[in-house]
Amino acid sequence: MQYLLMLYSEESADQNLTKAQIGERMSAYGAYSEALRKAGVLLASNRLRPTADATTVRVAAGKTEVLNGPYAETREQCGGYYLIEAPDLDAALAWAARCPGASHGAIEVRPVWAM
Amino acid sequence: MSSEDSAVRARAAAQAAARDSYGKLIAFLAARTRDVALAEDALSEAFASALTDWPVRGVPDTPEAWLLTVARRRMVDAARKRRVGEEGAATLQLLAELSQQDDDETQRIPDDRLGLMFVCAHPAIDANVRAPLMLQTILGFDAATIASAFLVAPAAMGQRLVRAKTKIRQAGIPFGLPGHADLQARLGAVLEAIYAAYAEGWADAAGTDARRRNLAQEALWLGRLVATLLPQEPEALGLLSLMLHAEARRGARRDGAGRFVPLASQDTALWDAALIDEAEAALFRASTLGGLSGRYQLEAAVQSAHAVRRRSGSADWRAIAQLYEALAAITDSPVVALNQAMVRAQTQGPARALAGLDALAGDPRLRDYQPYWAARAGLLAACGQAGEADAAYQRAIGLESDPAVREFLQGRRAALCGMPRS
Repeated sequence: MQYLLMLYSEESADQNLTKAQIGERMSAYGAYSEALRKAGVLLASNRLRPTADATTVRVAAGKTEVLNGPYAETREQCGGYYLIEAPDLDAALAWAARCPGASHGAIEVRPVWAM
Repeated sequence: MSSEDSAVRARAAAQAAARDSYGKLIAFLAARTRDVALAEDALSEAFASALTDWPVRGVPDTPEAWLLTVARRRMVDAARKRRVGEEGAATLQLLAELSQQDDDETQRIPDDRLGLMFVCAHPAIDANVRAPLMLQTILGFDAATIASAFLVAPAAMGQRLVRAKTKIRQAGIPFGLPGHADLQARLGAVLEAIYAAYAEGWADAAGTDARRRNLAQEALWLGRLVATLLPQEPEALGLLSLMLHAEARRGARRDGAGRFVPLASQDTALWDAALIDEAEAALFRASTLGGLSGRYQLEAAVQSAHAVRRRSGSADWRAIAQLYEALAAITDSPVVALNQAMVRAQTQGPARALAGLDALAGDPRLRDYQPYWAARAGLLAACGQAGEADAAYQRAIGLESDPAVREFLQGRRAALCGMPRS
């Protein structure tokens, strides 16, 4: 089954990191991505630009509405994702726990609707 | 006494009764009906009644007996309400069993917890739900807490527990201790479930997660209970000794800043001497019971050989090598083989140890096992193969979920930079 791991954390906290901390975190993410790849479970992954760069579009009653910013203003924002292949939810949760984002934020694990 | 005082007193009494008697009451009620879920519902209703009744009428002299009486009444009510049908006969039997209440029994409730543990670890129950089931029925943990500890979705854990309890009832899994022939084999499953609970609690080294820290304590409590109730079983004592040795080092596993400290670098002054003494005493008692040493006694003996560093300044690596050899003979665990190879690093140097790891490289069970990659990285670094060490550290870092250990590995990896690339 495919699972989407959505990485939520506080963008503002991330902005206060020192250069050394950023380097350490980047290398931890690099190692995590590599472990997923070596295990043969990684399907796709990307880091997202901050929510300041987000634009939200909605069409209501034939009228388009374009808004600056994310769909929802929340304390923690989705900053990236991993799409993985795992035999079951338990396995997906085990991979989510290993994600560096689980220690400085939270990972939402969502099964992909099989078509 | 104000009503507020009596409410506080009643709550404290109910909590104390819950801690001391929960498993005993569930075991007693379930053993007579084979219906664990029904017993749990009835007992939780009895606790709810206690919280409303005790503040008004005062805490009863024997809270345990009071709870049992109320829970039993609730069970009879629930059984009556059940529709007569496929379960009609079972319900009648249930009512008959429940009504056989004599006062003497209520005063001194027999301890059926060990029997309940054997039910939880029955071969008909899925191995991965045995430890959770034990935590819930003996200790009253809720499904959400257990799910967090075992890294499973709460809904899935809840379902597994419900399914297991239904199976106990439908399949007629017998309560009570198995016969002598089965006892040995089945005891292994009981001990394994307790160890699984301990391992989950142990994983939270920093002790920041109160629920998990609790889990290690509760597993120790279960281990002590089994060792007390089955005093002639050396493996029960072996497991207790193993857990106590591990627990003794809890305070030394992190430094003041919360950084990971590997076993070899731990300050032995921070090890808990009282726990080590208790561990040694349990292991000694196990050794006096005769027979071949089983897995837990051997693993406890390995920890004991590490503990001698307190006095001699170094672990007894010769003994550890022999103990792992004995362990390897009774299990096909790749982790034991990994440990054997790592002991070789101490006794024969890193190159020989690395050759031992190479022999394990194809084992799929080690492919995503962090300690294998960390061990490999350390040996490669010691052999001067910085490039390969770097890749192995990267793999280990990516597989680790504990941030403190991850940082430790990142530090080791960064230290490779000073080494010449081969």
